[in-house]
Amino acid sequence: MASPRHVLPGFRLSLGFTITYLSLLVLFPLSMLLWKATSGGWDHMISTLTQARVLASLKLSFGASFAAALVNAVFGLITAWALERYTFPGRRLLDAMVDLPFALPTAVAGIALVTLYAPNGWIGAWLAKHDIKAAYAPLGITIALAFVGFPFVVRTLQPVIADLSMDVEEAAACLGANRWQTLTRVVFPALLPSTLAGTTLAFGRAVGEYGSVVFISGNLPFKTEIAPLLITMRLEEYDYSGAATIGVVMLAASFLILLASNLLTQWSRKRTGRA
Amino acid sequence: MPAIIDLAPTHTARPRKATSDSLPARILIIGTAVGFMGLMFVLPLIIIFQEAFRKGWEGFAEAFDDRATTHAIWLTLKVAAITVPLNTLFGLAAAWCLSRFRFRGRRLLSSLIELPLWVSPVIAGMVYVLLFGAQGLFGPSLKEHGIKIIFALPGIVLSTIFVTFTFVARVLAPQMEAQGQAEEEAAMTLGANGWQMFWRVTLPKIKWGLLYGIILCNARSMGEFGAVSVVSGHIRNKTNTVPLHIEVLYNEYQFVPAFAVASVLALLALVTLILKTLTTTQRGAA
Repeated sequence: MASPRHVLPGFRLSLGFTITYLSLLVLFPLSMLLWKATSGGWDHMISTLTQARVLASLKLSFGASFAAALVNAVFGLITAWALERYTFPGRRLLDAMVDLPFALPTAVAGIALVTLYAPNGWIGAWLAKHDIKAAYAPLGITIALAFVGFPFVVRTLQPVIADLSMDVEEAAACLGANRWQTLTRVVFPALLPSTLAGTTLAFGRAVGEYGSVVFISGNLPFKTEIAPLLITMRLEEYDYSGAATIGVVMLAASFLILLASNLLTQWSRKRTGRA
Repeated sequence: MPAIIDLAPTHTARPRKATSDSLPARILIIGTAVGFMGLMFVLPLIIIFQEAFRKGWEGFAEAFDDRATTHAIWLTLKVAAITVPLNTLFGLAAAWCLSRFRFRGRRLLSSLIELPLWVSPVIAGMVYVLLFGAQGLFGPSLKEHGIKIIFALPGIVLSTIFVTFTFVARVLAPQMEAQGQAEEEAAMTLGANGWQMFWRVTLPKIKWGLLYGIILCNARSMGEFGAVSVVSGHIRNKTNTVPLHIEVLYNEYQFVPAFAVASVLALLALVTLILKTLTTTQRGAA
C-alpha cells in the first residue's frame, strides 16, 4: 500500500495506466494461449505433445539451446573478464559490440549467418573440407542460438566482476596462494552463480528464438525443425489448439527459466555481498 | 526492482590494473574474446555489406528502386511511429510507479513487465491470432463488422508493441531508482504541481536513459521478424514489413536486393550501438 506520507504525485495514475496497458496487451492475450490449448481437453493436449514431430522439434529446440548456452558460458566468462579486468586497444569497441544481437534484427542476422556457413560460404567452405556440415544442420542452429544468447552472459557477469573486491584476491595471494589457486578457489566460486544466471537467461532467450534460426536451420521435419517454427506451421494449417499447446509448453519453460535465473541472481548477491 | 540483467550498465569504471594475471594469460584471454566476437559478430556484419555491394553501387541502389521495397519501408516506419510513442508513455508510467512508490505486488509487477522479453516472438504473434484470427475469440464478430486486425496493420502493430513492451521501462526504472527522488520532493514542497515537476525536474534527470530506451525500442520495432511474421500474412505491397520483405527477397534468390535492404537495418543497428555508448557515457557523467 502506498504510505500516506508520499509527497510525490501520480501514484494512482501511473500504476493504473501501467496495469491496464499490461493487462490488455500482454496478460489477457497470453491467457488466450491457455484457453485455446486446454479447449480440446487433456487428452488432446497430450496427444498433440506426444506426436513424434512435436517431440523432435522440442528436443531440438531445448537441446540446441542448451549447447549454445554452454558455449556462451565459456566465451561469455572470458569476454566479460577481458572487458572488465584489462585495458587493451579496442576495448570500448568490443564492449559496444556485445550488444549487437539486441540491436541487429534477427532476420538480418539469419541471412548473414546462413551465407557464412553455407557449403559455399566463407566459413562453410572451410568446414565442408573437414566434412563438417553447419548450415541446414543442428550445428548451424546452435551457432545462431549462441549468437543471440551471448550478450546475456557478458552483461550479467560484467557488473559482478567489476564489483569483485580485489582485496580478497590480494588476501589469497598474501596467504601464499598462487594465481591459479586464487582463481579456482576464490574468483570462480564468486562468479559461479552469476555465470549460471547469465547462462540460464541465454538459454531462455535461445529456446524461443525464431528469426535468426529459420534461415540456417533448413527446417526439415524431424531433423532441423525448431519448436517455434512448428508453431507457425500449425497456425498456417489453422490448427490453433495444436499451436497453442506447443506454445504453452514453451511459455511454461520461459517461466521456469526466469524463476531459475532470479534465484541464481539472489544466490550470487548473497555470495558476493552485492546489494 | 529485481534487475535480472542490466541492459544498460551505468557503471563506467575504468578497468583496474591487471596486476595479477601474467602477460601470456592476458594475451590468451583477450585473444579468445576478440577471436570469438570477430567470428560471431564482426564477420556476419562484413558479409552483409559485402553481399549488398556485390554488384557495386548501382546494384545496391537498384534494390531500392522497387515498389515492394519502398512499400515495406513505409509500412515499417508507420509501425514504429505508432509503437514507439505508446511504449514510451507506458515505460515512463511504469518506471515512475516502480521507482517512486513502495506497494504490495511491486516485484510481481516488475517481473510481469519483463515477461514479454522472455516469450518467444512466435508466441507474441500467435496470441493475437488466437484473439482476432478467423477462428479466434473475437474473429467472427470482427468479420461481421468488416474489421481486419490479423493480416493487416493493427495486428502488426499489436504484436510489435508486445515484443518491444519492456525496453523503455527496463532502462528507466533502475536509473530512476538509483537517482533517488529528493529533487522531485523538493520541487513539490516548493509548490510545483505534478506536471511542472515532471517537465522541469524529472525529465532533465532521465533524458539520456529515456533516449536510450526509445532508441532500443525503435530498433526492435523496426527489426521484429517472428511475431510480425505470424500475424502479417506476407501480402506483398500490403503487410510486408522490411524484415519480412528481406525474407521474401532471400527466398526468391534475389540476394543482392535482400542484403541491400538488410544492410540498411544493420546500419540502424550500428547507429543504435553508437548512441547507446554515447548515452551511457552521458548517463555516467550525470
